[in-house]
Amino acid sequence: MAIPVKSLKAQKHQFANPAFQLDVLQHASTEEGEFPFFGTRLDEHGLFPLRPTGATILQVNVGKMCNQTCRHCHVDAGPDRKEIMTRETMQLCLDALAQYPQLTTVDLTGGAPEMNPDFRWFVERLSALGRQIIVRCNLTIILANKKYHDLPLFFKEHQVQVVSSLPYFSASRTDAQRGDGVFEKSIKALQLLNEVGYGQEGSGLQLDLVYNPSGAFLPAGQKSLEAEFKRRLQTGYGVVFNNLFCITNLPVSRYLDYLIESGNYSRYMEKLVNAFNPVAAANVMCRNTISVGWDGFLYDCDFNQMLELKVQTGAPQHIRDFHLGRLDQRAIMLNQHCYGCTAGAGSSCGGETT
Amino acid sequence: MENTYYNPADLKKFGNISELQPEMGRKFFDYYGEVFKEGALTEREKALIALAVSHAVQCPYCIDAYTSDCLEKGADENQMMEAVHVAAAIKGGAALVHGVQMMNKIKELTM
Repeated sequence: MAIPVKSLKAQKHQFANPAFQLDVLQHASTEEGEFPFFGTRLDEHGLFPLRPTGATILQVNVGKMCNQTCRHCHVDAGPDRKEIMTRETMQLCLDALAQYPQLTTVDLTGGAPEMNPDFRWFVERLSALGRQIIVRCNLTIILANKKYHDLPLFFKEHQVQVVSSLPYFSASRTDAQRGDGVFEKSIKALQLLNEVGYGQEGSGLQLDLVYNPSGAFLPAGQKSLEAEFKRRLQTGYGVVFNNLFCITNLPVSRYLDYLIESGNYSRYMEKLVNAFNPVAAANVMCRNTISVGWDGFLYDCDFNQMLELKVQTGAPQHIRDFHLGRLDQRAIMLNQHCYGCTAGAGSSCGGETT
Repeated sequence: MENTYYNPADLKKFGNISELQPEMGRKFFDYYGEVFKEGALTEREKALIALAVSHAVQCPYCIDAYTSDCLEKGADENQMMEAVHVAAAIKGGAALVHGVQMMNKIKELTM
């Protein structure tokens, strides 16, 4: 299936509308009927309403602009997306972080976060605050334009933890998800990161890869897949990395569109629902993370952000009103896509949760 | 009754076979689970073997289940097709090796 070059939003596609997506999610069913509400499953295990365990991670989505239009992207990111976090909003994030040292980690995502014109300004200030910085780098951005070629050195200078998507160790499956030629460019970018020390033993420069299935199936066995990825990337391309994070694709935006279009939607939802794991449910990342949108609004996670499900009414809604104590009292907003984070060994931006 | 012998929806009812003989059903599924755990072989290798055997025994339920399982376990398309060729080679070889029996019989019966 060819990857469309335009975002769903630019296509004026119905799945660009979060309300439509939520309607589809709420009415997922099989021959036996609709699936139980996610909150009901949590309730059976004493986890409803779902409360934070105390935020330690501020995940900041600095914009939806990206040089790729991946088939599974829950952000519907792409070159035609213009939503970008301003320096003023970044400053509000810095103010919140300065006020709350318990937010030890800042996780920068997008789009391709590096395409935000104030990305480096932001990273330099985060670095000065002494926080652990994660950048979710799509790899190809490093080669996309001369101005990005020095990103590996910039990351190194600020001890950034680089977390990069590589859905498979072969071109066919990677390109089917992320676009023609992406595998080859990703390998080249990984080699450049390795050259400055990333992923090398003893360097202290952490390079982690993200595996998410290129299709309508779940990831399995993070440890076993990591060993296979390490073997294939080392022997095939001389690439080394630290950890592989297995992430389940959540039925949101383009991945939801893919599931419907390919006739896999009900079967995939059934898989997620049947694989509900209460241990994974207790460890979901929204319990220790607060997500900030490009316009400064606050969410429980990046998926809720894309579905426009802001944090519970009554809790601070915008980064300018950030108050960790009040946010930690909120109930987390749930919907049927949440089954994606509780299936099997669980899924989070850091991989398995059990 | 169904109009076809195989209904894809029956795969997820596999566990129901325990209804008529719970003890044997339980023993079978315990054994089944144990077999597919990581041991001297990885779970991925076992899934590939299961995929090959599924083709050899021509079980559509098993082919469905172990194609998904191989993908989930990180096997690639080349490995999966090679596994099917192993099954085909054994099936074909099993037919052909009987050609020796045929040749023996020819010798026995002809001048």
